[in-house]
Amino acid sequence: MSTAVEVTLMVNGERVSAAVEPRKTLVDFLREDLALTGSHVGCEHGVCGACTVRLDGAIVRGCLTLAVQCDGAVVETIEGVSDSGEIADLQQAFERRNALQCGYCTPGMLLTAAELLKSGEVPSREAIRAYLSGNYCRCTGYHAIVDAVEAVARARAGQVGVGEAQ
Amino acid sequence: MNITEDVPPALTALDRPNSYIGRSVPRPNLARLTQGRGQFVSDVVLPRMAHVAFVRSPHAHARIKAIRTEAAKNAPGIVAVVTGRELAEIITPWVGVLTHLKGIKSAPQYPLAVERACWQGEAVCAVVARTRALAEDAAELVEVDYEELPAVTDPETALDPGTPVIHPELGDNLTFERKLDVGEVDKAFAEADAVVETTFRFGRHTGVCLEPRAIVADWNPGEQRLTVYQATQAPHMMQNLFAKHLSLAEHQVRVVTKDVGGSFGIKVHTYADEMATVALSKLLRRPIKFVADRLESFVTDIHARDHRVHAKIAVKGDGTITAFAIDDLTGIGPYSVYPRTSGIEANQVVNLVGAPYACPNYRAQARVVFQNKNVMCQYRAVGHPIAVAVTEALVELAAAKIGMDPLEIRRRNLIPDDAYPATSAAGLKFELLSHHASLAHLDAMMDYSGLRAEQKRLRERGIYRGIGFASFVEVTNPSAAFYGVGGAKISSQDGATLRLDAQGAVICHTGVTEQGQGTEAVMAQVVATAVGVPIERVKVVTGDTDNTPYGGGTWASRAAGIGGEAAWQAGKALRANILAVAGSILQAAPKALDIRNGVVVDADSGRERIGLDEVARIAYFRPDTLPPGFQAELMATRHYVPRTWPFAFTNGIQASYVEVDPETGFVKLLRHWCVEDCGTVINPQLVDEQVRGGIVQGLGGALFEHCVYDSRGQLLNGNMADYLVPMAAEMPDIEVAHVVSPTADSELGAKGAGEAGTAGAPGAVINAVNDALRPLGATPITETPITPECVLRALGKV
Amino acid sequence: MKPAAFAYAKARSLDHAIELLGTREGARVLAGGQSLIAALNMRLDAPPLLVDINGVSGLDRIERPDGQVEIGALVRHAQALGSQVVARDAPLIARALPHIAHPAIRNRGTVGGSIAYADPAAELPACLLALAGEVDITGPAGRRTVKADDFFLGLFETALGPGEILTAIRVPAATPQMRCGFAELARRHGDYALVGLAACARADGAGLRDSRFVFFGVGATPVRARKAEAVLDARGFDGLDEAVAALADDLHPEDDIHASGKAKRHLAGVLLRRVVREMQDPWA
Repeated sequence: MSTAVEVTLMVNGERVSAAVEPRKTLVDFLREDLALTGSHVGCEHGVCGACTVRLDGAIVRGCLTLAVQCDGAVVETIEGVSDSGEIADLQQAFERRNALQCGYCTPGMLLTAAELLKSGEVPSREAIRAYLSGNYCRCTGYHAIVDAVEAVARARAGQVGVGEAQ
Repeated sequence: MNITEDVPPALTALDRPNSYIGRSVPRPNLARLTQGRGQFVSDVVLPRMAHVAFVRSPHAHARIKAIRTEAAKNAPGIVAVVTGRELAEIITPWVGVLTHLKGIKSAPQYPLAVERACWQGEAVCAVVARTRALAEDAAELVEVDYEELPAVTDPETALDPGTPVIHPELGDNLTFERKLDVGEVDKAFAEADAVVETTFRFGRHTGVCLEPRAIVADWNPGEQRLTVYQATQAPHMMQNLFAKHLSLAEHQVRVVTKDVGGSFGIKVHTYADEMATVALSKLLRRPIKFVADRLESFVTDIHARDHRVHAKIAVKGDGTITAFAIDDLTGIGPYSVYPRTSGIEANQVVNLVGAPYACPNYRAQARVVFQNKNVMCQYRAVGHPIAVAVTEALVELAAAKIGMDPLEIRRRNLIPDDAYPATSAAGLKFELLSHHASLAHLDAMMDYSGLRAEQKRLRERGIYRGIGFASFVEVTNPSAAFYGVGGAKISSQDGATLRLDAQGAVICHTGVTEQGQGTEAVMAQVVATAVGVPIERVKVVTGDTDNTPYGGGTWASRAAGIGGEAAWQAGKALRANILAVAGSILQAAPKALDIRNGVVVDADSGRERIGLDEVARIAYFRPDTLPPGFQAELMATRHYVPRTWPFAFTNGIQASYVEVDPETGFVKLLRHWCVEDCGTVINPQLVDEQVRGGIVQGLGGALFEHCVYDSRGQLLNGNMADYLVPMAAEMPDIEVAHVVSPTADSELGAKGAGEAGTAGAPGAVINAVNDALRPLGATPITETPITPECVLRALGKV
Repeated sequence: MKPAAFAYAKARSLDHAIELLGTREGARVLAGGQSLIAALNMRLDAPPLLVDINGVSGLDRIERPDGQVEIGALVRHAQALGSQVVARDAPLIARALPHIAHPAIRNRGTVGGSIAYADPAAELPACLLALAGEVDITGPAGRRTVKADDFFLGLFETALGPGEILTAIRVPAATPQMRCGFAELARRHGDYALVGLAACARADGAGLRDSRFVFFGVGATPVRARKAEAVLDARGFDGLDEAVAALADDLHPEDDIHASGKAKRHLAGVLLRRVVREMQDPWA
């Protein structure tokens, strides 16, 4: 019974059918079977957030979700949201503010920030920090990330353009 | 907020039209990373690639009596099961010593333990399979008979006659010892008006790079060549080591370093499991991949900072510091790490205690001992956080004792800004530092007097806030004095090769590497400025020993200062070469021409003469139109190494503002400031972010991070749920500013900035917490991490 | 760090899930998986079969039967956090939810999973106990209801028997007289608490009655501070010092890597004071 299970799911808008071993996590499936290497593996026990992907519209830990559980699901990764342009403003803010150094945490950080900003409200810096509290970044010290997320929130709310903030 | 502080600097000798020096130019390689299109080693897949998992010793110290591999060899998907004895026939062991660390000793280390496992987590058997999961399945089937041996875990007793000697052939458990006695220390203490004497304990911590160590080794028997994709900070160093221990010529080894998911000094050492991986590739004649998982990272990535320091300071009633004395003891695991050794951190502690101050009397002893725990070695800001915390805590405790303001005691003792060049008591040679200017800047930036008033006001309401400072000196831009003179083949020089491409863009190959610091941006800025092209027309290539100039890589805050200067010199050379071609085309004297914004112009008037695209077109495709005997040379290489000063010391000061809950012992970081002086600031945003990231790494060590071992040498919290790294919610906003004192050793004048943050943060936090607790009569805290329990203990509540 | 191989079966219904669980000894229920899959990845656990109940309908509802709030086992933490019913009628749970891990975990982790896993440092088991709630369990022998007081038996050990599935929890809906209090001390946002306290009582004039103070992170299960409760019930807020002293009898926390047992007991006293003060004057 531990043999591969057939699953069909939508990944970044493409229908994918595959036979997966039950023990394969979603992030390993994305990386190894679909070569979507933008989702990263950092701890494999749900703490670091590097493997964050969207499952049916909500962010989840790719290491704490099994690929077999995703039969019939809609999965979006950093590659998908990059190509759709959905978070282009957030990505640009991260680039301009140097809110990433090595870039390993960045896909997970961006997807988490995107979920926070979905409401359209402008969160406080404290609220931004709290929402990102499950995404580990060893490089930046977080300040620049909070700046970038705050800038996008304000820009989306029409308070000030990201580009004007210079 | 400022998305970028893109402010062109005041004109300097470096300045050229359209200079990018001093501007916050965004890094050219970021969009790749924000789109998840980076190429990390963990992403690399090669044909026929197999995966290795390691069977690791569950014991801190054990004799390996037998290894039974039959069951594992019959497991599904298995390629090979290899023991230490078998692998030792492919690869030679190594010993982590350097000749300039007098007396340092260590024992031969093998990629897989052969007779004994000397720490919990040491690899004893390699299992290679089609997938990592299958390799792990089979690893569970390997049976190892261990005879548990007594574990040496406490450095305090490691040298006692009754303690077992881990490597009997070495005679004792002493790795390295250094003593220093300068000036009249005893007299200074005898004549002091106040003496503070205490013991500091710094918890072991580790780097926790988000991308664990990763390597793909590909031995091609047809080519007789080894290609290693490795997340490393020093590709050429690793090329040398792989070649040496596999008995290959260096040209048979290519090390390719693509994106690296964090390094911080973790990825600049020889790791047994990585050496095993390259040896396995040679043995099995196919690509082998090893990606350390998080649990094995905790027991194999180097640890650092496990120091116990007895320390004292002597002061006069007017605040004059008259002496420092320290006795440092550190346990570094069972082997000195190769090739940089595990003696450097203690050596740095000895070098750096008291370094900012004009105090002539200094006595130090440092002892480095073996123990049966994971190895320790150089990690970001090597030794600095310890030396700075010891020094700065002593200074503030002394200030409190004589009733002096902590900034005032520094004003009275920091080496005056006009006293350079200067030499510290420990013998460090400072070219030019700016302690006083930095302190004055910090004082104003943080509104120190306003904060003190706020602190006082809040105390009346039962809210306990504290302000703490840490002045510091940082070692950057190391010359050959760091490793080369000790016999390690670690390049202190670095090179840059520039080529004008056929459309007039500039390709830069550099020996320094990128792990997120922004090396590519800095190189592009320097090259664009030196040559005279828009930065978009510079492409930087790093991390490939087949293609980049020989160099040291990126560590010890050397990339911008050393690699940047090489690129600057190469840029000047390429500009001269281009102008020679342009002069030849235009029938003009090259000296009368310049390159600005990608166009050759008349130097005087700025009148545009010919584009670089056209120069390249003629040089490459119509050289027949150039005068006879003229050969265009549109490639230039230059190298650089600091020669005048063995190190480019930098300096700065940090301040921490904290709130301590005296009921719970919880410390909340409210704000943090840093003013630092790294000489010429090539890219203010990148420097600020290095400082911020470094500070948070220091804050992690100050409050959270700790590799907790039991007395049997078992790591108790080797996972990310129990080993607490700093996360966004607990970290403060951090304000950074600069004073600029360029080094005259290079034309750019840039010093390093990568470690300043980590160096000063723990000391500032210790002082801030003690400042907050002082009115409550707490015993001063002199240990890190400062846990709630530690604060409650200081308050006598537990 | 890959899990050992296991079989996987997706249950179509509760009965199907129970049937599947019966097919292999040691089979485990997979709900949110946020603790289970981490344990599998680390090979701390290697069940032969995972029975995925995420597809079972009817377990993801938050309902408001008379005088009670019923939360289905598959209700995600995020769903509960966004629920107006929970916010209004189960305020203690609403207070606790933001402390649970992080957004991505809360999107996936379930209320039922948290109760069934019974981590002694987790928030929801303590809340359930403080509210004198109950859990619905379905198994091969049918359906039964177990009071929270009888549910948490030991370290990661509950009244759930082999082949049984927790399907819902029920707690009394808040009344104007009900006072709740919650506080925890975690080293970092979202971490398991060093010590936490979930409390519930009935306001009676200036005092409290029927108080239930449940500490977490201090023992093998969530722990009711019965002596402290008795003191507070008898003496009201004037008995606070005595109640804190009584914790010495109520709580016997052991040392762990984050704090000594002694420090935990001290912190429990601090939390008791804070939570009682909050319950005394909830509008302060």
